[in-house]
Amino acid sequence: MAEFTLPKNSVVQQGKTYPAPAGATNIQVVEIYRWDPDSGENPRVDTYNLDLDTCGPMVLDAIIKIKDEIDSTLTFRRSCREGICGSCSMNINGKNTLACTKDISDIDGPIKIYPLPHMPVVKDIVPDLTHFYAQYASIKPWIQSTTPPPPDKERLQSKEDRAQLDGLYECILCACCSTSCPSYWWNGDRYLGPAILLQAYRWLADSRDENAGERLDELEDPFKLYRCHTIMNCTETCPKGLNPAKAIAEIKKLLVERKIA
Amino acid sequence: MSSNNRPLSPHLDVYKLPLSALLSIVHRGTGAFLTLGTIVLVWWLMALAGGEESFNSAQQFMGSFFGRLILLGWSFALFFHLANGIRHLVWDAGYCFEKDEVEKTSYIVLATSVFLTLLVWVVAFLFTAGA
Repeated sequence: MAEFTLPKNSVVQQGKTYPAPAGATNIQVVEIYRWDPDSGENPRVDTYNLDLDTCGPMVLDAIIKIKDEIDSTLTFRRSCREGICGSCSMNINGKNTLACTKDISDIDGPIKIYPLPHMPVVKDIVPDLTHFYAQYASIKPWIQSTTPPPPDKERLQSKEDRAQLDGLYECILCACCSTSCPSYWWNGDRYLGPAILLQAYRWLADSRDENAGERLDELEDPFKLYRCHTIMNCTETCPKGLNPAKAIAEIKKLLVERKIA
Repeated sequence: MSSNNRPLSPHLDVYKLPLSALLSIVHRGTGAFLTLGTIVLVWWLMALAGGEESFNSAQQFMGSFFGRLILLGWSFALFFHLANGIRHLVWDAGYCFEKDEVEKTSYIVLATSVFLTLLVWVVAFLFTAGA
């Protein structure tokens, strides 16, 4: 059952404010969700006043600057800083995206940073993605084939078959889409969510995979697949410009097609 | 480190729902409202079957300001649910999933449902004024 309000231990409180360094003229206010597992306190929002003249252009640059110069206890995930690893996914001003590809100059007013929505928080803006990864493993994200590969070469694809994977293989599993989806918020325990379903379609669409029937059997479930109500938050928010909603619709179409075929 | 006291990160409070998501909520709301409206329809039919007296009192209630407000809401709910339902059919066929198409069809659904509601009410008022 959907719980529209936060549990008692999750209600966000007012936090500390860190003033701008003396002499700073180009000040950017950054508000960040904080939670310390060792404190026993509720989460809070801390406010940092940053000197933009000495800061890089992206939101991730601002967060790194805060950790380096203002508050070393700030905890977050980041790695590639160029939108390919998917580590720094978070909710920035009401929308899930990658901090490393989000331009500070695109944001009016304060930057407001929260962890990916409706997830258990490990610390500060680091969510627990264990369940998300388990769901990914559940769709068996690898080629399944009974035909042995040719002895002298790889399993080749035609250009057309390879093109079927465009818009799917680019997914970096940052979880921005899944955690933007109200259906995933309310039923994430059983609903696979847009990211995992896009991945499921990626293997259904692969000409080299020979296990489509079993894959579809697994997906034909009122919760795993059919909690998608085409709300479209996933496609709206994907930082890679992919279209999970369309991939889900393609799975639904495959299920109908095999019924009437 | 204990992991069972982990807070749940904010969701509805912080997420800026796009238009498509708001319309999805309206679709569900209008669906529920239409179900309630069906009960009113049954009540009205029962009043009709009950004879002149009960029919007149039912008519009086439906013609009152409050009754008309319910009818206005019901007609809008019907047309919105119909228009957005057609959009769902288009989606189920695999079309109109690009972001600009979703935005465009959102406005088409809104405009269509408002237009059809107004049309029905204008026709209804012209009809009753002529009678």
